[in-house]
Amino acid sequence: MADLINVYINEVLVSVPKGTVIVDAAKKLGVNIPVFCYHPKLKPVGMCRMCLVEVGRRKIDRATGQPLLDANNQPEIAWGLKLETGCTTPIEEGMQVRTQNEVVKKAQKDVLEFLLTSHPLDCPVCDKGGECPLQNLTLQFGPGTTRFDYNDKQHLDKHYPLGDIIFLDKERCIQCARCIRFQDEVADDRVLGFYERGRTMQIDTLSEPGFDSKFSGNTTDICPVGALTTRDFRFRARPWEMTHVPSICTHCAVGCNLTLGTRRSARDRQWEILRVMPRQNEDVNEIWICDKGRFGHHFTRSQARLTTPLVRKNGQLAEATWDEAIKLVAERLNVVYGHVVGFIGDRVSNEDAYLFGKLFREGVKTTRIANRPHVAGADLVQKYGVGSGTNLGALGKGTVVLIVAGDVEETAPVYMLRLRAAAQRGAKLIVANARETKMDRYAANSLRYKVGTETQLVYGLLNAVNQGSGIRDQVAAYTPAKVAEITGVPEAEITAAGKLIAEAKDLIVVFGDEQPYDIMVNGQYTDAGRALPQACANLVVATGHAGKANNGLLSLWPHNNTQGVFDMLAANGAQWTPADGLKALYIVGSDPIGEGQTLPKSEFTIVQELFLTETAKQADVVLPALSFAERDGTFTNAERRVQRYYKAIAPLGQARADWEIIRMVGEQLGLKWTHYLTSEGVMAEIAATVPQYSGTEYAALAQVTEAWPPVGSNDLYFGGTAYDNRGGVGVQIKSGVELDGQSEMNWIEPPVPSAESTLHVRQLNRHGTLIDQSAVYQPRLIDAPIEPAQVLKGA
Amino acid sequence: MKTVRSMVLVSNDPLSQARGAQAVYQRLEQEIAARGLTDEISLMTVDDVGRHDTVPMVIVYPEAVIYGPVKPDDVAMLVEEHLYKGRIASGLLAPARELTGRIAWLSARKGTLPAEQRIVLERAGLIDPESIEDYIIHDGYVALGKVLTQMKPTDVIAELEQSGLQGRGGAGFPTGLKWKFVSKAPGDRKYVICNADESEPGTFKDRLVLEGDPHTILEAMTIAAYAVGASEGYIYVRGEYVLAQQRLKKAIEQARALNLLGENIFGSAFSFDIHVHAGAGAYICGEETALIESIEGKRGEPRSRPPYPTTHGLWGKPTLVNNVETLANITAIIRNGAAWFRKFGTPKSPGTKVYTILGNVNVTGLIEVPMGITLREVIAIYGKGMKNGSSLSLAQTGGSSGSIIPASLQDTPMDFESFGKAGVSLGSGALLICDDTTCVVDLAKVLLNFFRNESCGKCTPCRIGTERAYQILANICEGTGTRNDLAQLTMLADSLTALSNCGLGQTAATPIRDMFKHFSGEVDAHIQLKVCPAGVCSMSGRRL
Ligand SMILES: Cc1cc2nc3c(=O)[nH]c(=O)nc-3n(C[C@H](O)[C@H](O)[C@H](O)COP(=O)(O)O)c2cc1C
Ligand code: SF4
Ligand code: SF4
Ligand code: FES
Repeated sequence: MADLINVYINEVLVSVPKGTVIVDAAKKLGVNIPVFCYHPKLKPVGMCRMCLVEVGRRKIDRATGQPLLDANNQPEIAWGLKLETGCTTPIEEGMQVRTQNEVVKKAQKDVLEFLLTSHPLDCPVCDKGGECPLQNLTLQFGPGTTRFDYNDKQHLDKHYPLGDIIFLDKERCIQCARCIRFQDEVADDRVLGFYERGRTMQIDTLSEPGFDSKFSGNTTDICPVGALTTRDFRFRARPWEMTHVPSICTHCAVGCNLTLGTRRSARDRQWEILRVMPRQNEDVNEIWICDKGRFGHHFTRSQARLTTPLVRKNGQLAEATWDEAIKLVAERLNVVYGHVVGFIGDRVSNEDAYLFGKLFREGVKTTRIANRPHVAGADLVQKYGVGSGTNLGALGKGTVVLIVAGDVEETAPVYMLRLRAAAQRGAKLIVANARETKMDRYAANSLRYKVGTETQLVYGLLNAVNQGSGIRDQVAAYTPAKVAEITGVPEAEITAAGKLIAEAKDLIVVFGDEQPYDIMVNGQYTDAGRALPQACANLVVATGHAGKANNGLLSLWPHNNTQGVFDMLAANGAQWTPADGLKALYIVGSDPIGEGQTLPKSEFTIVQELFLTETAKQADVVLPALSFAERDGTFTNAERRVQRYYKAIAPLGQARADWEIIRMVGEQLGLKWTHYLTSEGVMAEIAATVPQYSGTEYAALAQVTEAWPPVGSNDLYFGGTAYDNRGGVGVQIKSGVELDGQSEMNWIEPPVPSAESTLHVRQLNRHGTLIDQSAVYQPRLIDAPIEPAQVLKGA
Repeated sequence: MKTVRSMVLVSNDPLSQARGAQAVYQRLEQEIAARGLTDEISLMTVDDVGRHDTVPMVIVYPEAVIYGPVKPDDVAMLVEEHLYKGRIASGLLAPARELTGRIAWLSARKGTLPAEQRIVLERAGLIDPESIEDYIIHDGYVALGKVLTQMKPTDVIAELEQSGLQGRGGAGFPTGLKWKFVSKAPGDRKYVICNADESEPGTFKDRLVLEGDPHTILEAMTIAAYAVGASEGYIYVRGEYVLAQQRLKKAIEQARALNLLGENIFGSAFSFDIHVHAGAGAYICGEETALIESIEGKRGEPRSRPPYPTTHGLWGKPTLVNNVETLANITAIIRNGAAWFRKFGTPKSPGTKVYTILGNVNVTGLIEVPMGITLREVIAIYGKGMKNGSSLSLAQTGGSSGSIIPASLQDTPMDFESFGKAGVSLGSGALLICDDTTCVVDLAKVLLNFFRNESCGKCTPCRIGTERAYQILANICEGTGTRNDLAQLTMLADSLTALSNCGLGQTAATPIRDMFKHFSGEVDAHIQLKVCPAGVCSMSGRRL
């Protein structure tokens, strides 16, 4: 590569890309220069002075511009008079750096001494104790004893609430500004700042309510000391008492990689999750997670969890044994052969959904299963979704991302961080929505259309680019001028956005479901609901952006495994045929009644659940299922990355994993299912039989790759022991077009909104069965839509 | 265009106002009008007169005669005698001793003082600072005209390099070289910034230029912009300098009206405009990168370097930052040439320097003298000797970030080279002259107190080190310092210099080091004998 530069770190040559700072170059060689304020995900500031190194540069002959050579024909080096901060100084060709000589060591000792003599040293009660950069660096580089008899230890507030969840210990803070910079540079919620100056300088919140950000918990991870703690975890455990288990967040379709910090309580011998931390996956969430994911784990140990099977006896649900419950279920399913309908939610694992589909196909001999009628277009995403090898973290110049009818921050918070960063690297975002969203801040074009006209807008854009061969006649009618009239978006803006799309090297179309139409009526997808996903697919196909890495569709699915459950059911040929007068209804991980829907009439209802939901209350048999933390499995995220999670805590009561319950039912129905001993076995079959899922065996999903920047681990660099990925980075499966090379466009007439059309708005912090179990998160939860109703209405 | 023959100033500080300055002003206006002199005489007010015994005062230029206290009824006689007949109204003269503040240098203009040489202050006090015409009459915008019509940017820089001008903002960096760096830095947009934050304690030299001759700064910045290829300029003025800000803004408007700023200046292809930015009241904002952050709307904290502002300055673009006094030399150099400039000062430090004289001397005030004058000369000639016949014990040069020097250095020429050799910093040009009633430990403590309060807090060594050093010095002053304290102070001083991010933290160690270097006897007395030789420190036996 032309842009590699050669530098010598402690006399050892390393070639790194232009622009790399000295500490990172050294890190590439395995040389640790201690840092506090530097963080590879943040812009360097050079505050703490921990990284001072000696820097020499080549002497250059003014006349020729060539380096001066010494007697041995080596470039002459001019060593700097002062030490320089390795975190802010970019490398230069021929640069020499000394990181370990006496001068540097003395500087490191001195800086540490400064920090320590004004630090409370309450390590024994500090949450960071054991994974604290200050502690680690002191052991490695510190002075051992202090030469000062003065401690200018200030006595300051140790429990200062910055917001509803995050506390600041003002004595422990070393003023590195990592927290401020994270909020400014990554989250773009500028809610923290320094007050005062000099020795009295302190962090405070600038927002009302305090620390108003969906990402606040991340500051506690990157704080290099124990100054920032969460209401959830503070003082509850020491890091070394915990077991760190790799997991996947179940609160949205990003599928952030997590590490669950678990412990068996000395009090009641119960296993519990003490904290949730991000786990590095540079292809998914980097090292960030949102607060909902971090604090939304309490449902796993809720008192309200179901712990035994329930069977309706004399009109009341009463506790029963598994044997009794399964036999009853099998009996009813057997008797009513063919007159059964299945219902499965999109939070369950791939293994669960796969076996459920197979149970219906082989055991119940019907394919009538629906996944929850929340979204449309999973078939299109399966086919034209972002190609394998897609990494939002790699998007930059030449990429255009069209976001339509979705609020990225509210639906998939971490995608907001990733897409914003992409925009900063030069990607162009076109943000189209009926209302303002945070993404508008980063948009090259913000298109504000009238409620319900999103599909027309997409065709307006397609018209501005080209006509789309298969549907040329229909698209021809949607000229920018006409679409401007329908949508209220100025014609010039449509043309300008169209021009961006036409010039795009890579194009990703992100669609959500913030539109006013019912997606499913009587168990059938409506045209109105499918129109937008189809239009987005047409756009991707017509412009030649399907089936390639960093190109294609990305849907803001409402749940963590919407895509996976769809894929698994589709693999079993499941489809929904509505019918009343059913003999049995089998519902897994879904609460339609609680969500205000009506169920088809049925003589017998089976519900598999974590909680006694409104639907479960109506059931004849309720089977207690395990939460994600108590079992293993896989989810497929919105980018179609199949990711594996691991069992972290012991099961509650007699509850069992969904796939296992389904297997018991299957066996009871006489199916020879004894080979499904583990979820791994189920996945092995999926990988072997579902073409798109080939290569997703557990062993493959557990592979890790070397990540840059190297965070976590025990190498003192950025602190935090729970960051590094030991559970696997997952496998992004191929899109349908990549497999068969076939693509086509289809026309669905765009629906026309009425004055009554009301926008469906997605909000991260709405109340819900699972998140309501987290007491710590209650202050954030809301019921009302965020926008005044009139904005959300149609024309 | 009017030709002003005399300029009359009426003191207008709160005390003067209380004693009837307003009435004196009105009477002056009437009497001047009554004699038909309105067009020849410019009448204005002056805020800071630095004394309280003889106000309200009336000062008449160019003779620099000071009358006071003046009552409204004296005015008719004063105008009749001085302005109409041209004779000094000796009955009203203010006693001529002990002038301080702005008045002191105004009175120095009488020309009786041998070595004064005014380049920077050539017009300040002579012209009406609110009149661009007056500025133009006094050779104003000649240099800009010459530059735009006869010189290439490289010629301007070459002339400046030959002149040997060094930055007057504290660091003494060769100005021509800095201009060259910026001119060579790649970039489509470049900026010129005038550093007018002047917050060094005891320093008010820049203020006089800004208030008395604002156009020279505009002209110099425009020349600089032409030379380095900049299109926009900022003057970062200390927040408290309200009058300076008003005058600068007015001057900018006047210059725009005459197309001396704006698009296609003088009909050339060159365009340039200037904004005035009021400072936020922190000392650290005078540091050039903190100043740039502040203009960008951020917290005023120094950046880490490299890169330097010459390549990555305001909004990341190449930026030239020069001090007011530095810029005030430019037009004279361009008009008269580098060779002329080199006639003043020493071969390695050409030109003049503006000093503010403070402390235990008979006359305090502000002077502009050639580089290389000695402290002894300053005290004798301009200070009119030490107060009450006392003798010099130490001097503090350059404001808080300068050096503490002992009497033995009073014959060392004050120029960059000689001072540099002696390890002394010329700094901002403040000269605090102290007799033996000043305790060096106490002075160091006061200075460290200043630094710990002004440290921006960005970097660890300065944020914590200045606090720690202050505590140790305070204990020494309380008589509870130990030998170990001294060892720690030395270490602290080294760490501050070696590890701090910016000049503040780095120079915070200077008073400590100077104290040990030149005054170990005094320090020892505090530690060993628990005595403060100057009788200043309380030696209470407390320990912080
Ligand atoms: C703490 C600190 C305060 C400073 N304050 C001022 C100031 O008030 N005015 C000034 O001109 N330069 C000040 N400087 C120096 C500037 O950083 C810069 O060197 C100067 O403006 C460059 O101008 P020159 O080359 O014309 O001297 C300060 C430097 C430091 C480290
Ligand atoms: S709270 Fe933590 S991250 Fe924030 S400035 Fe203090 S030490 Fe740094
Ligand atoms: S040396 Fe002091 S003033 Fe300068 S950046 Fe560091 S803390 Fe701020
Ligand atoms: S100054 Fe470089 S890591 Fe803090």
